[in-house]
Amino acid sequence: MEVKTAGSVGEIYRISGPLVVAEGLKAKMYDVCKVGEEGLMGEVVGIVGEKVLIQVYEDTSGVRPGEKVVNTGMPLSVELGPGLLKSIYDGVQRPLPVLREMSGDFIARGLEAPALDRKKKWDFKPTVKKGDKVKGGQIIGVVQETDIIEHKILVPPNVPERTVVEVYEGSFTVEDTIAVLDDGTELKLYHKWPVRVPRPYVEKLPPEVPLLTGQRILDIFFPIAKGGTAAIPGGFGTGKTVTQHQLAKWADAHVVVYIGCGERGNEMTEILEEFPELIDPRTGKPLMERAVLVANTSNMPVAAREASVYTGITIAEYYRDMGYDVALQADSTSRWAEAMREMSGRLEEMPGEEGYPAYLASRLAEFYERAGRVKTLAGNVGSVSVVGAVSPPGGDFSEPVTQNTLRIVKVFWALDSKLAARRHFPAINWLTSYSLYAETLQEWFRQRFPEWPEIRRWMMEVLQEEANLQEIVMLVGKDALPDKQRVLLEIARYIREFILLQYAYHEVDTYCPPEKMYDMMKAIKELADIFYKALEMGRTVEEIENVEGRDELLKSKYEVDYKPKLQAALEKIRKNLLGE
Amino acid sequence: MASEGVKEYRTIRDIAGPLIFVEKTEPVSYGELVLITLPDGTVRKGQVLDTSKDIVVVQSFEGTRGMDKSCAVRFTGDIVKLDCSPDMLGRIFNGRGEPIDGGPRIVPEERRPIIGSAINPAARAYPREFIQTGISAIDGMNTLVRGQKLPIFSCSGLPHNDIALQVARQAKVRGTGEEFAVVFAAMGITFEEANYFMKDFERTGALERAVVFLNLANDPAIERLITPRMALTAAEYLAFEYDYHILVILTDMTNYCEALREISAAREEVPGRRGYPGYMYTDLATIYERAGRIRGKKGSITQFPILTMPADDITHPIPDLTGYITEGQLVLSRELHMKGIYPPIDVLPSLSRLMKEGIGPGMTREDHKQWNDQMYAAYAEGVELRGLVAIVGEEALSERDRRYLKFADEFERRWLNQGKYEDRDIEYTLDLGWELLAILPEEELTKIERKYIEKYHPKYRKKKAEEEKKEEAESELTKR
Ligand SMILES: Nc1ncnc2c1ncn2[C@@H]1O[C@H](COP(=O)(O)OP(=O)(O)OP(=O)(O)O)[C@@H](O)[C@H]1O
Ligand SMILES: [Mg+2]
Repeated sequence: MEVKTAGSVGEIYRISGPLVVAEGLKAKMYDVCKVGEEGLMGEVVGIVGEKVLIQVYEDTSGVRPGEKVVNTGMPLSVELGPGLLKSIYDGVQRPLPVLREMSGDFIARGLEAPALDRKKKWDFKPTVKKGDKVKGGQIIGVVQETDIIEHKILVPPNVPERTVVEVYEGSFTVEDTIAVLDDGTELKLYHKWPVRVPRPYVEKLPPEVPLLTGQRILDIFFPIAKGGTAAIPGGFGTGKTVTQHQLAKWADAHVVVYIGCGERGNEMTEILEEFPELIDPRTGKPLMERAVLVANTSNMPVAAREASVYTGITIAEYYRDMGYDVALQADSTSRWAEAMREMSGRLEEMPGEEGYPAYLASRLAEFYERAGRVKTLAGNVGSVSVVGAVSPPGGDFSEPVTQNTLRIVKVFWALDSKLAARRHFPAINWLTSYSLYAETLQEWFRQRFPEWPEIRRWMMEVLQEEANLQEIVMLVGKDALPDKQRVLLEIARYIREFILLQYAYHEVDTYCPPEKMYDMMKAIKELADIFYKALEMGRTVEEIENVEGRDELLKSKYEVDYKPKLQAALEKIRKNLLGE
Repeated sequence: MASEGVKEYRTIRDIAGPLIFVEKTEPVSYGELVLITLPDGTVRKGQVLDTSKDIVVVQSFEGTRGMDKSCAVRFTGDIVKLDCSPDMLGRIFNGRGEPIDGGPRIVPEERRPIIGSAINPAARAYPREFIQTGISAIDGMNTLVRGQKLPIFSCSGLPHNDIALQVARQAKVRGTGEEFAVVFAAMGITFEEANYFMKDFERTGALERAVVFLNLANDPAIERLITPRMALTAAEYLAFEYDYHILVILTDMTNYCEALREISAAREEVPGRRGYPGYMYTDLATIYERAGRIRGKKGSITQFPILTMPADDITHPIPDLTGYITEGQLVLSRELHMKGIYPPIDVLPSLSRLMKEGIGPGMTREDHKQWNDQMYAAYAEGVELRGLVAIVGEEALSERDRRYLKFADEFERRWLNQGKYEDRDIEYTLDLGWELLAILPEEELTKIERKYIEKYHPKYRKKKAEEEKKEEAESELTKR
């Protein structure tokens, strides 16, 4: 039997930063408590003898032993219902704009605000009728949440099968009753769900559809599947955040959940200012219409940072359960791991590697395991794709967070500080990165773009060969190489500068649709054929390297109407080298 | 909330390093300000780091030298605060926020907790106003904007102080006439260094618009943990209550981090990398993130922290964690310094992440972005070729390569190098850069659009100037 802990009152015994120890409190693990006279929010993270250890989501300065602690008896939960989209929350789902109205530009302590607007009315259209049987996870109606997302109202997943005795159509707030079940259960437009518990589904499905990102190096070389997991580790300033922002902007997901976990405030501001202005190429609507932001920046309380990734992924799962494809970005999972380490240190747990708790690996695994393409309880297919940034100290990937993450995720986008220093962006190393989905997904590409897999493989080989040759060049110089290999180096250069190089801030090239990628790939292949033929015809390597039309070809991708430019450049090169 | 009848305890159980363990107290709050009276009557300040019904851990800002168990400990019931008022301007304080310039105490309009609160991310405005510092390496290739945090990663013996001072003297947002007020926080720097700053502030009259906090090398190390927070509290007050644009100079953050390590060691915490505490990232973030702009507020806080990289190593935790928080970095190079170049800013590892929003038409100039890409690429190429020359000798180079080498040399000698009092406007910085780009064959300028080349490349400018002259002469002729 479960002990009832709700309403139990205890007393603070000790305070050490975000860790508060209470005594005389009835509690179970992960109960949410209100700590001190100000009622600061915290969560039970340990029970030692008669003492209860609580991590507090707010600054504890000024709190003293003897103040009371009240247990809500509830686990840390999020509110799930219409109004999530276009919102920005802190790590424990408090809406930041509302907090601003309450306490001004700086976040005060002890503030409480419901995650979903209690006054706003939504037009609810039922999809079930009186007498229908419904059960957990099923869709009972819809609300147009934003211009592009129809919010499916779900029966809370843990409700057993029941008969609908009442269902209402009309305009409701999230707290109004919209349906009644035969056991008296009243359903509303929203329900709560504990963040640390994965939401249930029927079964996981194999990932076989790519999550297109509009970033060439990702989609062509290291694609992630819908429902897949990827990590993007890199030292400071190598491009983690820019890549994550690019995914949030251009990934072909229905819904995007962006978690700023222990990173910069201005990076969240950038999204807040930019997304309402940027247009989603697929829906023609502002990107903000599909986004939920969770921001627990580096200067916000560290315990709430620990919670923020769970808050984010629970929201993502919720939209998945409606049958949507959700893309989640977590920047940076290292800051989350550090929050765990800090709490663990204060709890005086046995430290593992580099002071991280021994459960680091399992927490990371549990988190990424919540990604996936699934058959939902409602019978749809939905997915959550997770991309985690990793910030290794000194840019050294041998540290525990990177290593443990790589053991779990299927895609590794390795940022390379040398490439970043050369301003080759995205600074993703094409030799060390990998995607375990790549092979499976080639089938999807082949059906739409027949030569895609083959050209992709060829380009990979060229780049690999380039790396090998470069080692030789370092020793003996370029001139010592046979002509054919020098031409290969030249082709590799085009692959790097034309295909791989993609500036996030270029207004056209920031997003590359797959059709354009395919055109570019074919152009490079054609170019290579021209080069080799030219060589056979007796053209010198210098002629090939300095061929007129090179510049036009490289710049063609910057045009909205790139096709004629690209074709013209290719023709020019062909004419100059082959005289055709 | 200063409580009445504050109690005094003589129940110190242990003293260890900068920490004092006090028992049998009434409830003491976390973070509370503590006054410790020594046997000789002197009073030192401290702060509660851990509190429970059984034992309270206090860190003494001024160290524990001379303390024994008979010291009287008073818990003030208040957390550490700074007396805030616009009268702070023109004043000099010690690292604990007490005036040391002989002037009166500040009569506070408000007493603010120095730990500060986080700016609500939904309240921030993205920084995008170009600050002209008059230093080419910054304005041209690592542009600073109002509300940015841009540190200098220096090495011991390099002129980071001169750069900071030059920025403080020259920084302006063009066309606004708005001046910066400086908040200067010294942590563990030498008397000479501090004096160097103070003399310059006095000489230029900047002192009247400055708030100075001095914790010098011979001042207590632990005090350094509160000095930057004092400074930033003053900065926030002036920026967001009184609309000032504040430039905060924090030097030297390395000394701050050492103090953090000392406390952590004294508390016997599990150390992170190289003995620095695992929470150093978070701790530094609570300093650096106190920069920025707020929607609907006129004032701003721009941060210019200085740190010296131990053993010139950029992967050391102090620069590393700083780089993970700040919006770029200016990296100084010993090699450039040895060549006699000032400022010795190595633009290759340097970066300003907020530059993209602050440059371009209406802010600096239309060609700035592409110009920057080209300058960067050309210099990188030149530097790389130098490495090659060292192996194969200059004879093996092509004409093209030689031009790149020349570019890199002139880049350093003419463009990077400038006077400590030379205040270059952005047009000058860009035009000088164009002169260098003209060293390269024109086909090499692949990153710049034709229209800008024709407008700004000296060759076409000269041509244009000649044509104009000719036209003028002709029209003159026809007129006659
Ligand atoms: N795809 C890209 N296109 C253009 N510029 C880029 C790209 N990726 C990175 N950059 C450049 O690199 C800079 C740093 O990138 P970013 O902020 O993403 O680094 P980060 O890895 O998130 O660093 P940190 O760990 O410090 O947060 C950007 O400000 C931008 O100038
Ligand atoms: Mg980042």
